[in-house]
Amino acid sequence: MSTIVLLLITGFGLGALYFLVASGLSLIYGLMGVLNFAHGSFLTIGAFIGWEVARRLSDGSWWALAAAMLTGAVVGAIVAAATEFFLIRRLYNRHIEQVLVTVGLALASVALFEGIWGTDPTYVTSPSWLGQTSEILGARIPNNRFMLIVVAMLVLVAIVLFLKFTRYGLIIRAGVENRLMVTALGIDVRRAFTLVFAIGGAAAGLGGVLASIYYGYVSAHIGGSLLIFAFIVTVIGGLGSLAGAAIASVLVAVLQQFANFYLGGTGDLAVVLALAAVLLLRPRGLLGAKA
Amino acid sequence: MRSRTVITITASAALVLLMVLLPLLNISIPGVFPGPTYTPGTLQLLAYAMLIAALALSYHLLFGLAGMLSFGHALFFAAGAYGLGIVLRNFSPSWLPAGATFVVAILITVLIGFVLATLVGSVSLRVTGISFAMVTLAFAQAGSVVVRRNPGGQTGGEEGLTLDVSHVPDALVGVLNTRNLYWLALAVLVTVYLVVLWVEKSRAGHVVAATRENELRVRVIGIRPYFVRLLIFGIAGALAALAGAAFLLLQSGVSPRVATPDFTLTLLVIVVLGGVGLRWGAVLGAIVYTLLDQRLTALAGSQFIAGLPDLLRIPLSQPLFILGTLFILVVLFLPGGLAGLTKRTGRPHRPSRRGRERMLEVEEL
Repeated sequence: MSTIVLLLITGFGLGALYFLVASGLSLIYGLMGVLNFAHGSFLTIGAFIGWEVARRLSDGSWWALAAAMLTGAVVGAIVAAATEFFLIRRLYNRHIEQVLVTVGLALASVALFEGIWGTDPTYVTSPSWLGQTSEILGARIPNNRFMLIVVAMLVLVAIVLFLKFTRYGLIIRAGVENRLMVTALGIDVRRAFTLVFAIGGAAAGLGGVLASIYYGYVSAHIGGSLLIFAFIVTVIGGLGSLAGAAIASVLVAVLQQFANFYLGGTGDLAVVLALAAVLLLRPRGLLGAKA
Repeated sequence: MRSRTVITITASAALVLLMVLLPLLNISIPGVFPGPTYTPGTLQLLAYAMLIAALALSYHLLFGLAGMLSFGHALFFAAGAYGLGIVLRNFSPSWLPAGATFVVAILITVLIGFVLATLVGSVSLRVTGISFAMVTLAFAQAGSVVVRRNPGGQTGGEEGLTLDVSHVPDALVGVLNTRNLYWLALAVLVTVYLVVLWVEKSRAGHVVAATRENELRVRVIGIRPYFVRLLIFGIAGALAALAGAAFLLLQSGVSPRVATPDFTLTLLVIVVLGGVGLRWGAVLGAIVYTLLDQRLTALAGSQFIAGLPDLLRIPLSQPLFILGTLFILVVLFLPGGLAGLTKRTGRPHRPSRRGRERMLEVEEL
């Protein structure tokens, strides 16, 4: 019993991390049809800059962590918005080339991060409570999982509120449904593009700081490895669906944890098999729009 | 038209002949090759570039011809390299002479590539476009994980796999025989080129090209594109496995790096750098990329770079940063790639527009 609780809650924690990456990917794809390979780099730069800030303030205190998270989100948003503005926008409506540009950016930025921060992982210090465990139903659960879950839920609620109750949220939702119609109504969708990139980048940058706490280190490849699972999550959840991304994040992460524990560390393979199964039975994903 | 075909064939034959004779000549191009052309170092680099070119050609079959943006092609290259290593270690029937064992092992490896690609393709091709890209990426990631896990002690995990030379002909072993390995790589490249040419001109090639342009129309005519696409996917996988097998022989080992999705991204960079949709583009892109990568790595370790201030030193000491930036610039400003550039200077407008159109058409998927 305690093992199952442990696996479930750690699965939710990992799922929270996946969601922070996948939410941005899914929104960007839904609105613009761009598969953003540079999303992992937004996460990595958020993690690195956040770590630099926390290190300079005071290592291991709560307010340094809060500052790091804020900085990570802001840096992620700025870098993402700049990417959209300077690179993606130039290739308006040429989706394959947009993907190629983000691929180039991902390759170049990872190399740059390696040049600046080195190829070895940089270990981070976080508040001591996060390194301890709490007991729930007999399971000893690392405390940082709780923080991940809470932050991801806050992000989910914030994005949903933004989409539901603001003018730009309305434009984005309408744009996901039918971009051509929104343009025809005389609304400049391109500003919404930059905004969606900024939101996705902020979630990823925040995810970067949280990932550095989850793994205990920052490295230039931290974003790339999470990105692949985030891709799988977005496909399983249905491209362009935020709710789908949230559900699929948790499903994928929990499946991964259980397979890792009960089937001898085959979590990654189980996830790929799940993806294959979803594609065979329901190619548009759990909550995806009809193709 | 016919005279142009004759000229093309003659020029190609002359180029291949030059490449065949290269190990016997003493040509030095400082800044491009590490030494004269007969030295093992230069031959090794050229052979490596040619194998990457063969791999890029097989990728061209998917992306350029069929318009399928796959992010999992490295899987089949790795299957070739690891497959041959594992087959050579475990397959030694007493009834076959030593030389025949080697040939049979290579055939088995290519078959493994074909079967694996057909299996992966049969699932991934159920979706198209961006979903297809992501699914192939997921399969490649799974392959990469399996290779690193070292199942049954066969793949060597992070260390990689070392070639077991007991069944490999002596002529293909050792630094002194780099020349033979060079010729082997050239033979692989020419073989792959001819197969790709044949596939492009075949009925299946026309069908996938038509599907790339307008899938609905192909369906209306009454052809189901799924199986033809699957066939092309399988052939591309087999060709990649062949290149991978030669890669294992050339490097006398293989590291898990070739199984990573990053390696496929490199492949995509090469094909786009050379020019999408053009066979020569893939070859040119591979050779330019490999040589640039090698020279930039040499440059990164030089005294000149070490003496620069941090702001310049850090970006310049990362070859992948320079190549990635170059790639972005090519995508933004040079839609036809390098091959489009050479054509553009010769005959203005037409070819570059064609390259651009191809990119637009592929995008529809």
